Amino acid sequence: MESTIVRAENYNAYFGDNHVVKDVNISINKNEVIAVMGPSGCGKTTFLRGINRMHELIPGATAKGKILLDGQNVYDMNAIYVRAKIGMVFQRPNPFPNLSIYENVIAGYLLNGIKVSKADKDVIVEKSLTSAALWKEVKDSLHKKGTFLSGGQQQRLCIARAIAMQPELILFDEPTSALDPISTSSVEALFHELKANYTLIIVTHNMQQAARVSDRTAFFYMGELVEFDDTKQMFTNPTDQRTQNYITGRFS
Amino acid sequence: MEAKIGTRNIKSIFFKGIIVFFAFLITVPLIIVLLYIIKQGASQINWRFLSHVPAPVGETGGGIINALVGSFIMVMLAAVVAIPVGMAAGIYLSENPRTRLAYYTGLCVDILQGVPSIVVGIVVYFWLVKPLGTFSALSGSAALAIMMLPIVIRSTEQTLKLLPDSLKEAALSLGVPYHRVILKVIVPCGFAGILSGITLSIARVIGETAPLLFTAFGNPYLSGSITKPMESLPHLIFTYATSPYDDWHNLAWGASFILLVFVLTLNIITKVMTRKWKVQL
Amino acid sequence: MENKRLELSNSQLKWETLFKRILIAMSVLLLLIVLGVFVTLVIESLPSIKALGIGYLWGKVWDPVQNIYGAYPFLLGTLLTSFIALIISIPFSYAIAIYLGEYNPKGWLSDLLKNTVELIAAVPSIIYGFWGLFVLVPLIRTLEIKLGILPYGIGIFTASIILAVMIIPYGASLGITLIRMVPSPLKEGAYALGATRWEVIRSVIMPYTRSGLFAGVLLSLGRALGETMAVTMLIGNTSAIGDSFKNIIFGPSNTMASVIANEFTEADHTEYLSALIELGLVLFLVTVVINLIGKRIITKFTNN
Repeated sequence: MESTIVRAENYNAYFGDNHVVKDVNISINKNEVIAVMGPSGCGKTTFLRGINRMHELIPGATAKGKILLDGQNVYDMNAIYVRAKIGMVFQRPNPFPNLSIYENVIAGYLLNGIKVSKADKDVIVEKSLTSAALWKEVKDSLHKKGTFLSGGQQQRLCIARAIAMQPELILFDEPTSALDPISTSSVEALFHELKANYTLIIVTHNMQQAARVSDRTAFFYMGELVEFDDTKQMFTNPTDQRTQNYITGRFS
Repeated sequence: MEAKIGTRNIKSIFFKGIIVFFAFLITVPLIIVLLYIIKQGASQINWRFLSHVPAPVGETGGGIINALVGSFIMVMLAAVVAIPVGMAAGIYLSENPRTRLAYYTGLCVDILQGVPSIVVGIVVYFWLVKPLGTFSALSGSAALAIMMLPIVIRSTEQTLKLLPDSLKEAALSLGVPYHRVILKVIVPCGFAGILSGITLSIARVIGETAPLLFTAFGNPYLSGSITKPMESLPHLIFTYATSPYDDWHNLAWGASFILLVFVLTLNIITKVMTRKWKVQL
Repeated sequence: MENKRLELSNSQLKWETLFKRILIAMSVLLLLIVLGVFVTLVIESLPSIKALGIGYLWGKVWDPVQNIYGAYPFLLGTLLTSFIALIISIPFSYAIAIYLGEYNPKGWLSDLLKNTVELIAAVPSIIYGFWGLFVLVPLIRTLEIKLGILPYGIGIFTASIILAVMIIPYGASLGITLIRMVPSPLKEGAYALGATRWEVIRSVIMPYTRSGLFAGVLLSLGRALGETMAVTMLIGNTSAIGDSFKNIIFGPSNTMASVIANEFTEADHTEYLSALIELGLVLFLVTVVINLIGKRIITKFTNN
């Protein structure tokens, strides 16, 4: 049963006068893994950040059009609420250096002053770290600061932190581009497991990664959504010439 | 050719010698001053010195408790105002560097940093002393607070500017509102730098005399009232050092010793703190 | 849970706006303070400005009893003490900057020197003044006797010495920052050509940092102009101008800051007080201009 979780309708994004994302219409279903790919500067990250309203935090950044989360336009909702409902993982792992691993996982509650009982906190921490495939590695050092963790582990900590908020949708902004190959594959393996409970949208600079992990792929070029299709289909028989050019490496 | 290189090398060593000489010569005045203050002042310290007010002329056995308490009260009062205001302005400057308000505020911080402390004293005289009709600890604190502001603002701004944007982004993406992002993530991560700015500003202001000359004025008695004149360590040193009485000179030496110890301790604490509390980014 | 979450976010929005407004308000407060300082100085100097006009600046007589006010003696005292202090301090500031910036930037010896310089800046000026009064003044007095000058002990020369010690750290720390900014490729190129250490310093580092170091001089000057307490205790507190260069330098005087410190509380009539405030206004404007120029040069230098 397909059901739409995110739909963009005529979504446009600007940096000042710079029209960076042009008229995007796209519909994403629950429990899908969507890859968003395209050359540098094509607007894929800007589009991603428009979904959880991170885009407007940059001075001069504006957006037009609708992005519907479960039928509701996020631009009509309380932005703080939207960001709490949608998880985000960034290109460079960014755990909070002043908090312990434990505190990092429940940071979404801690920093908001939301009261949760110790027992519940422990449950959330363990569940999130397990879902992020990090529990075994850190369960004995939960109260240390996370600075000793490797890049891949830190990124998984950030994923756990996002999961702890119980989002339906998790956005990934080039999550493995700062990681070594081994950490990259462990994070990619994670996508496959997370899919059961979450919808994932992954912006990636790496075509092969898009082909590896996603159900459907969106190809952005110069701010436009050029093609959005079944991943296998897109990589073997793309409809648009521009997609074909990108896949065959004419530009990157 | 050989000789030429030789003389050039000798020249290089010679100039290095001159530079080293002048550079290290600077330690001489510092050592002389410190040793002299310690010699003259340390012997003055005893319980009576710390617990009594100055004795009238001709009598011995006075102390400086009025100045100790006075300095403490006025500096704390100044800090209570200058720290939040300074941090807030510093946060604004680091968060909004390209606005017009930031430009003019930055300009004003630079101006305030360079204003002679006596001018601050004059102005606060007209703002608080004349309207209230009396010299007061309140006006003294106000003058000191104004002097603390630039230091607190600049150190807050510079510390926070060094923090990566990714920290803020991580918190915002979790649905944390802006004020909590700043207060619960950014400021704690910059804690060491901000705190050192605060202790430096306190160390600076605890030794300031000029702003207190026509605001807090001075008081030979122990006073806790902020609406009355109040003595302070540097002001007492000034008054008693320039008096013709030996007993009062001794009090001034003792007070100088204590002031010096405070200031140097604060500076050392600042250094230790910065090292210990620095958040590993 | 969802509803509570939404409620929380809604109330958080309000606090967010309040917080941002508070930040803005505190910055505006700073603007108001500086503006207030300037306006207060102008308002309180108005009576004097109106009565005496621009001639006040070069009037040579300062006689409150007869209501004659001329700022020239104090301008002279201020400029002399500041410039002599600058001249004395510059070699030291330079040497420290070059040593810590180029010869020996790291290590225990360099840390020792750095801490010493910071300590010098940390000592309150009243302590320098107090020490100067009891140690430096007698020394200068002996020197003056040997030179056949009236042995005041106090005076412009004595004040300049103490002032020099006090401003050395400012020039030095700025110099260190500037010298460290000289790009390595520039220096390495010179070394590769066979230049000695000193030659690299003289022909690469010094020219490169020249404008920045000039700004350092300006900022040190600004600091010297505003210094009050140590100077007040050592300068002699007189408004008369000496009759010969030697007597001026080695005789008592006053700076703008010291005359305000000495006479403010005795000023019992409006013209007197206003004339003193006008001095404060001049002091304010001069130090502000010098500091801003200095800072501007440095920002331009560091942005390059």
